[in-house]
Amino acid sequence: MVDLIQETPRVASLVLDMPDWHGHDAGQHVDVRLTADDGYQAQRSYSIASAPEDSRLQITVERLEDGEVSPYLVGEVKVGDKVELRGPIGGYFVWKADTTTPLLLVAGGSGVVPLMAMLRHRSAAGSKVPTRLLYSSRTGDDIIYKEELDRVASSGDGVAVAYTLTRSQPSGWKGYARRIDSDMVREVAWPKQQSPIAFICGPTSFVESAAGLLVDLGYDPLRIKTERFGATGG
Amino acid sequence: MGFISRGFKGKRRDNVSSSRVPPGQHVVNDFPVLSAGPTPRVSVDQWTFSIVGEIDEPKRWTWQEFRALPAETVTKDIHCVTKWSKLDTSWTGVSVDNLLEGVETAADFVTVFSDGGYTTNLAIDDLTGNKAWVVYEYDGQPLHPEHGGPVRLLVPHLYFWKSAKWVRGLTLQNEEQPGFWESNGYHIRGDPWREQRYWGD
Repeated sequence: MVDLIQETPRVASLVLDMPDWHGHDAGQHVDVRLTADDGYQAQRSYSIASAPEDSRLQITVERLEDGEVSPYLVGEVKVGDKVELRGPIGGYFVWKADTTTPLLLVAGGSGVVPLMAMLRHRSAAGSKVPTRLLYSSRTGDDIIYKEELDRVASSGDGVAVAYTLTRSQPSGWKGYARRIDSDMVREVAWPKQQSPIAFICGPTSFVESAAGLLVDLGYDPLRIKTERFGATGG
Repeated sequence: MGFISRGFKGKRRDNVSSSRVPPGQHVVNDFPVLSAGPTPRVSVDQWTFSIVGEIDEPKRWTWQEFRALPAETVTKDIHCVTKWSKLDTSWTGVSVDNLLEGVETAADFVTVFSDGGYTTNLAIDDLTGNKAWVVYEYDGQPLHPEHGGPVRLLVPHLYFWKSAKWVRGLTLQNEEQPGFWESNGYHIRGDPWREQRYWGD
């Protein structure tokens, strides 16, 4: 590990120098395996946050207090430590920059990580595909990659970012301030006539809700790709 | 590979017999949901279960007919490729042996198909011999749509993606056709005890 970026109080990005890495697609994940000195092992999956074009692999991990692996990755591991991982894994929840239809990204919490890889891939590949991100977090402090997202959104490059904060909002907050609902999706999502492709990632209840709202809007279910995580494991 | 992770202690769960937890898995108490797309909206009025393909007379049951088949309740440990295992889960449904009773087929493989377009492939030997069920109750309650309701497959001795949600039938085949996840990087058979997670395992 060559760098550690504290993204929010509970979320960190691990930057890894992987000399033998053979590349990945935006949206894929890796399996991290930890081994204790008595041989005990634990494995979990984490989404890749970096673009395929980036020289270094980055994973972003949310610390779950009752977790087994995430408290090690966010809190214990230090620059210079070795981290054993396997991947890339998954061939379905991926977006490639040669896609031309409008892109809708819907993130709940740390579900933004694989979607960030897609945004980074889009920029690195010079794609101009019209792109919208709807990103739900609990509080302003919980927004991961906030500076980078604001920069991308204001660059005039065809990316719009809409935030919603479900628990509390900083003073002067101009984004949404409620759970994702049909009005919000109607305002942010591309109309179905544009044949958008949608990627949704977040906790199960969030993904169920968001995917259902897009189906209600007339989205083709086969063009809604989902990835879910429970509050388990870590 | 296989080096010590400096400072890692882990949370050993001494109360769980390791003989029940395959390598690389950990036990959970909740029931995580994993699906590749939206949860399909399935009405039991429209629902049927079919056996088609390499079969002389294809079979088909309506919801009422299916529910009238002999049911059994089984308690099984399940293992998801995303590394959680859940012990002692209770399911009610019809065994695949029962569904295939009287079926003459030379097929060695099955493609399971579901609402929403999902498929998964299995050897017929992994579906027969009291190893697989088509279930509509979990823990004594109707199966929730998120978990595959109204009806899902249960093949507990393989990774849980083989236990297709929203199942609508079986296509009997002479040759194995990789299903949805099997075409997207996941192992063709998926035996958790041999840790057959991905291509190349």
